[in-house]
Amino acid sequence: MSAATRIQITELARRSIVRSLRQPAQVVPTIIFPLFLVAVNVGGLNAATKLPGFPTNSYLSFAIAVPFVQAAIFAVNNGGADLARDIETGFFDRLSLTPMSGSSLVIAQLAGVVALGLVQAMIYLLVALIFGASFAAGVGGAAVLLALVTVIMFSFGCIGLFFAFRVGNSEAVQGLFPVLFVFLFLSSGSLPRNLIERDWFRTVATYNPVSYLIEGIRSLFITGWDARALELAFGCAAGIGAIFMVLAVTSLRTRMART
Amino acid sequence: MRSRSVALAVAWRSLHNFFTNPTLVIPSVLFPLFFFTAFAGGLSSVSNAPGFDFPDGYTTFQFVFVLLQASAFGGVFTGFSIARDFERGFGRRLMLAAPNRSAILVGYALAALGRAMFVWVLLTALAFAVGMHVSADAPQMAGLYALAAIMSLAAVLWAAGIALRFRSLQAGPLMQTPVFLILFLAPVYVPIELLHGWVKSVAHVNPITAIVEGGRDLISDSPVDALLAYGVGFGLIVLFSVWALTGLRRAEAAG
Repeated sequence: MSAATRIQITELARRSIVRSLRQPAQVVPTIIFPLFLVAVNVGGLNAATKLPGFPTNSYLSFAIAVPFVQAAIFAVNNGGADLARDIETGFFDRLSLTPMSGSSLVIAQLAGVVALGLVQAMIYLLVALIFGASFAAGVGGAAVLLALVTVIMFSFGCIGLFFAFRVGNSEAVQGLFPVLFVFLFLSSGSLPRNLIERDWFRTVATYNPVSYLIEGIRSLFITGWDARALELAFGCAAGIGAIFMVLAVTSLRTRMART
Repeated sequence: MRSRSVALAVAWRSLHNFFTNPTLVIPSVLFPLFFFTAFAGGLSSVSNAPGFDFPDGYTTFQFVFVLLQASAFGGVFTGFSIARDFERGFGRRLMLAAPNRSAILVGYALAALGRAMFVWVLLTALAFAVGMHVSADAPQMAGLYALAAIMSLAAVLWAAGIALRFRSLQAGPLMQTPVFLILFLAPVYVPIELLHGWVKSVAHVNPITAIVEGGRDLISDSPVDALLAYGVGFGLIVLFSVWALTGLRRAEAAG
């Protein structure tokens, strides 16, 4: 990486981080809302731990993986909406007049959502431990958890950027939130796949990459070191990131050509 | 007579806007269907947990909650329409034209009921298509839909109170979030006896619990505490009517 590229990325990344962390409307709900949902689900679905084959006797340890992925869905919204606002306000047009490379721009734009994601992850982990969740993987597992969260946030952030480049409208990017929520609900977020009774739902959950992201995070809480679950989680996250990074850069070129 | 004309005109306009705008219709329909699919499909094995004794199965158990939830959210979304009308100045012109301004509220409430009924039809059709079992007879089912209507009215009056005070769509989260919270602090996934921790304590004092449990008793032909379920429902309607009417007075005072 050349010195010029490094300076470009650093400056834009700093702007992205400051902008994300300075918006309480982006930060507070993304921390409170997932924790509220998990608290309600723990109260409501604790009876599921009595089912034969349920992997733990603490529903909190099982369900706490969901907020980490939910935070990534917020990252799509926040990252995408921020970029769309840059496009709407003309800031992006001014950027495109500079010699900055497309991939630098994409990577730097994601610094804010990744930083916010790491803050969220540490809060979720802390809250989980305070309320008695197990964390079987120990201190080393916490480092792996943060690494996985970083990859997931980056990948989901790429989805937001791709849509922002495509539509250039922050309201339309916000509309993605319910669509992505569908992926969360149709996953193994509430029950392990082997305990999902309906065949069609189990099949959907099996093909849904979000299931593997949740199961990777969950393995650190419940199992400890499950290499297969972690491979799948990192693999799915990296795959989503690679696909949407390419799509985002391609859309960026199209938008720059139009500009 | 003139009040009835105002109420019907507001209701017709609101329903016309709803049914001719796909961005309003699609989320209103898709969300309940999706919640029903996700809850009834993904969590059905919860009914195998010890102590889960709902006789008609998990699909029926979840149908009642989603029906009530969809009705409540139909009311909240109608509150968004009220806020939009006042934000754009239409509400002000409406108040100038209406001899009895309370009729405007009645019109919006009728529109919320119309929207809710549309969702009930689709949700009920889906539930029967995926094999929902119902022990209730026709009057009991009518009683269940009456509870859903009560939820819709209570929610639209709550949302109207907010919309008329703020007269801006930016108040949307204020209308939506409390309704979402109170609904999910009722026994959503399992009967109240199987709830755990603080959620159980909150569910015991949550008025929505009486309505949800009343609905589940009705659909499964179980003994129902009708006085409690309908009493709480009508109590909410009275409370939020006062809230909405005082909101209307605020909107009048604001000009």
